[in-house]
This record gives sequence, C-alpha cells and structure tokens, in this order.
Amino acid sequence: MNAALERYYQKIADAATQDMILNMGPQHPSTHGVLRLELITDGEIVKEVIPHMGYLHRCFEKHAESLTYQQTIPFTDRMDYLASMLNSHAWVMGVERMMGIDKEIPKRIEYIRVLVCELNRIGSHLIALGTYGIDIGAFTPFLWCFRDREHIMGLLEWASGSRLLYNYIWIGGLFYDLPVGFEERCREFVTYFKPKLAELNQLLTDNEIFIKRTAGVGVLPLDVAINYGCSGPVLRASGVKWDLRRIDNYSAYPELDFDIPIGKGEMGAVGDCWDRYKVRVDEVAESLKIIEQCLDRLQKELKRTSDFDPRAKMPRKITPKAQDYYMRAEDARGEVGFYYIADGKTEIPYRVKARGPSFNNLSVMAEISKGVMIADLIAILGSIDIVLGELDR
Amino acid sequence: MTFEEIKQILIAKFGAELILGEETTGLQPALLIQPEKIVEVCRELRDNPATHFDFLNLISAVDYGENKFGVVYHLTSMPYRLQLTLKIVKEHTRDLEDLPSFPSLTSVYKTADWHEREAYDLVGVFFEGHPDLRRILLPDDWEGYPLRKDYKAAEYYKGIKID
Repeated sequence: MNAALERYYQKIADAATQDMILNMGPQHPSTHGVLRLELITDGEIVKEVIPHMGYLHRCFEKHAESLTYQQTIPFTDRMDYLASMLNSHAWVMGVERMMGIDKEIPKRIEYIRVLVCELNRIGSHLIALGTYGIDIGAFTPFLWCFRDREHIMGLLEWASGSRLLYNYIWIGGLFYDLPVGFEERCREFVTYFKPKLAELNQLLTDNEIFIKRTAGVGVLPLDVAINYGCSGPVLRASGVKWDLRRIDNYSAYPELDFDIPIGKGEMGAVGDCWDRYKVRVDEVAESLKIIEQCLDRLQKELKRTSDFDPRAKMPRKITPKAQDYYMRAEDARGEVGFYYIADGKTEIPYRVKARGPSFNNLSVMAEISKGVMIADLIAILGSIDIVLGELDR
Repeated sequence: MTFEEIKQILIAKFGAELILGEETTGLQPALLIQPEKIVEVCRELRDNPATHFDFLNLISAVDYGENKFGVVYHLTSMPYRLQLTLKIVKEHTRDLEDLPSFPSLTSVYKTADWHEREAYDLVGVFFEGHPDLRRILLPDDWEGYPLRKDYKAAEYYKGIKID
C-alpha cells in the first residue's frame, strides 16, 4: 500500500473519533450521477470534502488507442453525454487540423456543425438549470426545462437518428445533410423557446428563495479558479471573458456575433453560485442568437442543393503525419481537450489524452466548500454542473 | 511573443543546458527540458510578467514504448493568449515496484493535483512531492497501470475468474 493511501486511511480513522464522517453518494440524487463525496463534518459544518470518483470509468484513452480516429467518435460522444455534439466536434476538428484539411471544409458543413452544437449546448444548460432548481428544492423549473429540452432532442434525433449520442459530426464532413424542413422547424423552436426562457427567469432566476440559497454561497475567486484549471461557465462566473469560441476562433464562430456573459455579482459576490447559474441562463440566450444567425445563412446563401454531399471531403484513409497536437474547444461545461500523438504510420493514434472540463471544475470544490453548511454544499456542487461521464471518462 | 522568445527567456534564466531539444515540425512546437527543472521553469513562466502562463490545461503521462516514459504539460497564458507545450522524458526499466519519478507541479498549479493522480493511476509514473498521490479513477486495490503499452488485462479479480 502506498504512503498516501495510508495517510488517507489514518485521516479518516482520526476524523471518525472527533468528527462525523458522512458519505454522500454514489447513489445520492444531488451528486448528479455516481459521485461519492466523503464529508468530514462537525455538526452541520463541512470541515473537509474528499471526492471519490471513477464509478463510471471506462478508460476512454485505452479505447482510443485501439480504434481508428473515425471509430473513436462514438466514444467521445459518451464522454459528456449531455453535450455529445460538442465533444465530437472538438475531436473531429483536432483530427482535421492534423490532416491539414480543416480549411477545406465547406461553409455549409461548418454552419450545420455550429447549429447542432449550439442546440446541444442549450439542451445541456437546460438540464443544468433544471436539476439545479431541484437540488435547491424547486421542482417546477425542472419539468419546464425538460419539456423544452424535448424539442431539442426531437430536432437532433431528426438530424442524426438518435436522441442523446449522435455520432453526427464526422471527420471531413457530416453523417448526413440536415433533413428537409429542419431549418424551418428549428426556427419555430426558437420562436417558441424565447418566451419560455423569460418565464424560467421569472420562476427561478429572480425567485427570492432561490437567491437566498445561492447568492454569496460558494464564492470562487478568480485567481483560485485559474489556478485550479476551471473553465467554462464556472470560470466566467468569476469575472473573466474567457470563451474558447472567441479566443481560438474555430469553425464558423469568427463570423458569428454573440456576447460572452460573465458573472457580475448582482445578487451577492462575483463568482458565487447565483452567478454561475446566471451565466448559464445568459449563455442559453446567446446560443439562441447564434442559432438564428446560422439559420439565416443556411436558408439564404448556404442553401441546400441537390448535389451537396456532406461526405465529399471525407478522407479515405485517416493517417495524420507523425506529430502531437492538443485540440481544445468550448464545451457546455468548459474546455474540452484532446491531446493526440500520431505515429504517422497507422490509422490508430499512439496515445490520446482527454481533458474533461468537469474533472477540473470539480477539483476546486474541496477548496471553496471548507466551513460551509451541508445544504450549501449541495448548492455549490449543483452550480459547478458536473457530468460524471466525462469526469470519469 | 513567439515560441523562440519564450525559449530565450528560459535560456537566459536557467542556462542553455535546460533545453534538451525542441520539436518544431508539427503544428504546435514543444520544448523538451530537463526533468528536474520543471517546477522552477513553470514557476518562472507563471510569475514572469512577460509570459504569465497562469493556466495549466493538461498533464499527460505517456508511455513511449521500450524504456521511455514522459510527461507532457500544456500551458496557457490567459493575458497574452499564448500556448506552450513542455515535455520531460526519462529512461526507466519498467519495474512495477519502482515507478519512474518526476517532480510534482502541485506547488505551482493546483490543477496538477488531480491530473498527476490520474497519470499515476493509469500510466504508473510517480510524482515526487505530491501531497496525496492515491489512485483516482481506478479502485485502490487495482493491480498494474492500464495505459502502459505492456499492460495485460487481469484474468482473476480476487480469485474470481474474469470471462
């Protein structure tokens, strides 16, 4: 047994005599999956949080080492199963850049990719917002979010054939073009959803009980967030405009107009739970803006033509030159990254390392939840919005 | 600031022997540096106002086959929007009792804490000075390191045959 493990057992044994050890999870509803939090508590006060993960570990990296680049796409979908499109988009872009074909992708394909990614981002954020309400004790927003998310699921199922794990974005192209009538139906959804988002704001965002439970709780200072490698809404809520869609300007994002919402500390301090929640709500509105612009382009100058083949640019053999490359992109939860080592001889990567945004975002929790109440711990965990599928990979 | 300028800053501070090699053929250039200097180099890159690499994206431990193990660090400078790849490599006999050992970066970036635990867990590299180097994704009683190239899947788990 290694020395660190012995120290850990000793710590638990010592704590058991003075304080109370409380196990939250792995089957606890507010841990959003199979995460086990071991709490050392003194009454209601949390002295220390020790997260234990790995219950959903499938060793994505080992799979990727034995499959070709194209075959790995379904596995990337299963990393962050609430935002599959965004994961496979990052993976595909990385391989395309290594192959040197990223500039040749037709505009229509880029816009379709961004469209489905942003739809997926809204779906993912809706789950985050709805389940956060449930964690705090508000049941209705959850039902409303799931009702609206169902429309997105329907749209993405129409395009790709499945509801959750799409395998839609392929290297050099797409699985299929959008079905006929998709753009019109999508526009209907946007018109339908805008007032619903305002309703959600009335119900939850400005709710006094909700504000009391979240404002000023779990304040994450910016320097701590950066030092712990936080990204996405968690980092932006601490007050920095760091969105890789703007920083790296990948895909069609440089041609699109959208703002980057950041935490302003309207209700409490900058970087508290309410800010993290609000950044997600604002991002949904920004994603709607992006979707509308994509639809404009897709219905006008990038119209569907009968001879358009979304698989035309797909390389026959995907064998990148010997090199390593780190691809990062903005997921619904933050920076999703893939580090590839290609050997230049085979279609199988020599080594792949995946960076899950939740993995880094969760690591900060032990730091910001020292000395909080157990109920606040739930608020903090919910506001970080983890997905265990990519945390454990 | 370019890759070459960052290299010159490091050479001016630590001497030319720090840089063991560089890879500039791919899309992202990388610096291969002396393994024992990695902590000081990262602290310098983080605190130097000209570079300010404050964000650690990723730590990847790599089994390069034969007797070579390495760790790859991806750094980002948020104020200057720069990216940098640092690599350290060590020869090792693949002895499972005595793991290849690298300095821990936890004193500079807290991100390194869990990333190094993951590297230890899956690739089997040890990080000296890490405060809590336990397995993170696999159970504590797991044997072997799955991402090593010579890893063989276990046939038995505590006397139970795995089909």
